[in-house]
Amino acid sequence: MTDYKFSKQIKRFSIILAIIGAIGIAFGFYNAPSNVEESKEIVAKMSHDGYGGDHSEGHADGYEGDSHGEAHNEGHGGGYGDDSHGASGHEYDHDKHVFHQLQNKPWAAIYVPALFFMMISLGVLAFYAIQRASQAGWSIVLYRLMEGVTGYLLPGSIFVIIILIFSALKFNHLFLWMDPEVVAHDEIIRNKVGYLNIPFFFARAIIYISGWVLYRNITRKLSLEQDNNNEISIHKKLFKFSAGFLVFFLISESMMSWDWIMSIDPHWFSTLFGWYVFAGMFVSGITTLAIITIYLKSQNYLSFVNDSHIHDLAKFMFGVSVFWAYLWFSQFMLIWYSNIPEEVTYFITRIEDYNFLFFGMVVLNLIFPLIVLMNSDFKKTNFIVILTGIVIIIGHYLDVYNMIMPSAVGDMWSFGPAEIGGFLFFLGIFIYVVFKEISNAPILAKGDPFVEESKTFQYYNLD
Amino acid sequence: MSVKRLHVMFDDDDILLDAVKEIVKNKMYIYEVYTPFPVHGLDKAMKLNPTNISIATFIYGCIGFTVAVLMMYYIMIVDWPQDIGGKPSFTLIENIPSFVPIIFEMTVFFAAHLMVITFYMRSKLWPFKKAENPEPSTTDDKFLVDMESGSNLSKTKTMLKKMGAVSIKEVKE
Repeated sequence: MTDYKFSKQIKRFSIILAIIGAIGIAFGFYNAPSNVEESKEIVAKMSHDGYGGDHSEGHADGYEGDSHGEAHNEGHGGGYGDDSHGASGHEYDHDKHVFHQLQNKPWAAIYVPALFFMMISLGVLAFYAIQRASQAGWSIVLYRLMEGVTGYLLPGSIFVIIILIFSALKFNHLFLWMDPEVVAHDEIIRNKVGYLNIPFFFARAIIYISGWVLYRNITRKLSLEQDNNNEISIHKKLFKFSAGFLVFFLISESMMSWDWIMSIDPHWFSTLFGWYVFAGMFVSGITTLAIITIYLKSQNYLSFVNDSHIHDLAKFMFGVSVFWAYLWFSQFMLIWYSNIPEEVTYFITRIEDYNFLFFGMVVLNLIFPLIVLMNSDFKKTNFIVILTGIVIIIGHYLDVYNMIMPSAVGDMWSFGPAEIGGFLFFLGIFIYVVFKEISNAPILAKGDPFVEESKTFQYYNLD
Repeated sequence: MSVKRLHVMFDDDDILLDAVKEIVKNKMYIYEVYTPFPVHGLDKAMKLNPTNISIATFIYGCIGFTVAVLMMYYIMIVDWPQDIGGKPSFTLIENIPSFVPIIFEMTVFFAAHLMVITFYMRSKLWPFKKAENPEPSTTDDKFLVDMESGSNLSKTKTMLKKMGAVSIKEVKE
C-alpha cells in the first residue's frame, strides 16, 4: 500500500481540460448578442440552418387541443414575466425576449456544469455522512476517496455563488425574480417576495454552504486525527456530527434546490423537487466515487479494495438510478395528468422544445443502468461499471441541463462551444481539486475501528 | 462396514459451515442440511449449482410487463376509450404515462407470485404437505446435516465430533 501521489498526467490532463473549457466559455460569451439587432441576426442565421424551421413547426403542431394554447401562452408569459405579452407590443417583445434568452445562454451554459459538479461533491458528502451515521463496515476503505471528492465542495459552491452574484448584479436574466421591473408586473412573483428577495437569497446560500463545508472540514480533521489516535471518542464524535449533519443536509439541500434551480421558473413549483434533485446528485456522486475507485485501483493504489466493494458501489448506482426514475416519473405523471396550466407549462416546454433530450435522459439514467447493472456478475466487472458510470454521468448532466436551460434560454438551446467548454472547464477543475485532495492524506483511513472489517469485506454471493 | 445414513446435529452456523466444507472435502454425500435460518455461503460449501430462480423471475417480470401493456391497450384504447382529465385515450403511446403505474404493479405481481410458486414446486411443497423435517429443533436453534457416513463409520464419527457436532444419530434408510 502506497499513498497516492498527485500524478503529472492527471495534473496536465485536468489543466488542459480547464484551458480548453475556458476558451469555449470565452467564445460563448463573445458570440452572445449585446443588443436586440444582433440577436435578430443570430436568429435569422439559425433559421437558415433549418433550426428555425423545426422551431416554428413545433409550435404549429396542436399538442393537446384546448389546453395547449392557453398553457403555452402562459408559459411564455411566465418565462418572460411581463403582462403586456400577446398585446400590441408583441413583435418587439418577442425579439427582446429572444435577445434576453441568447444573452442568458453562455451564463446558463456555465451555470449547469458549475451546479452539476458542485452537486456531485455534495452527493458524495451525503453518502459519506450516511456511512458514518450508520457506522457501515464495508466502506471504510473508500473514506479517503470520499473526502477527496468532497474537497471540491468549497471551490464548487464558490463558483455557483459567483454566478449567482453576477445574476443579482443584472449581468444576465437567469433569475427573473431578481429584476424589480418584472416583479412589479407579476403578481405571482410579487406574492413570493417575502422568500424570493436578493438579501435573503444570499443569506440562505451562505448558511447552506457554510453548514456543508463546516461538517466536511470537521469530519476530515477528525478522520485524519484518527489515523494516529485509536481513541473511540473520535469515532463517536464522527458519528454524532454525521447524524446531526444529515438532518441539516436534508433541509438545506431541499431549500438549495428551490433557490438555485426551481426559482429559475418563479411561477412553477413542485413539492418533491428537493428529493428529485437529491436523487440525481446522490447517484452522480456514487457513480463518480465508483469511477475514481476503479481508476485508482487500476493504478495499484487500492490493493485493499476488492470486488465486493465495487459490487456494492454498483448496487448503489443501480438502486439509486431506479429511485431517481421513480421520483422523476412521480413528478412528471402527476403534473401531466392534472394538466393545471401553471404547472404543466414546465413539461410542455420540455416536451416540445427539448423532446429528444428530455426523454433521452430517461433512457440514459434509467433504462441503460437498469438493464446493464441488473446482472450480478456485471456489477463487479470494472469495465462495465466504468461504462455505465460514464453514461449515468452524462445522463445526469443532461438532467441538470433540462432543469436550467428551458427556463433560461427557451428553445434557443444548443450544444455549442460554451456548453461543451463549460462542462470541460469544471470537469478539469473538479479532477484537479479531487486528486490533489486525495494525495494530501494517507489513502487508507487506518485508524477507523471498522477498518479490518472493511478490508476483509466479502459479499457472500461473490467467489 | 456398510455405509450408514447419519443425522448430525450442530448448534452454531459457523461451526456448521466449516463442518460441511470438511464433509464435502472427504467426499461424503450430503442429502440435505436443515437450518433455522438461511446460512450465507452454505450452498457454495455444499457445492450446489447456482440457482436459476433469478433468471426465471426476470422472465416472469417480462411476461407481466407484456400482459399489462396488452391489457391496458385492450381496456383503455380498443374496448372502452375514455376521456379522463382532458386526455382522450386514442393511442397507447400518448397515454402511456397513466399506464406506467399499472404496468409496474403487474410486472412486480407476476414476477413475485410466479417466482414463489416456482420455488414451491421446485422444493416440492404444497398445502397440507407433511413436514419432511427429521428434527423439529432445527426450526428453533439447531442445525442438522443429513449425510452418508462413508465406508469407515467410526473414523467419520470421530471427525464429526472434532468438528463440533453436538450429536450423531444413525438412521435407517
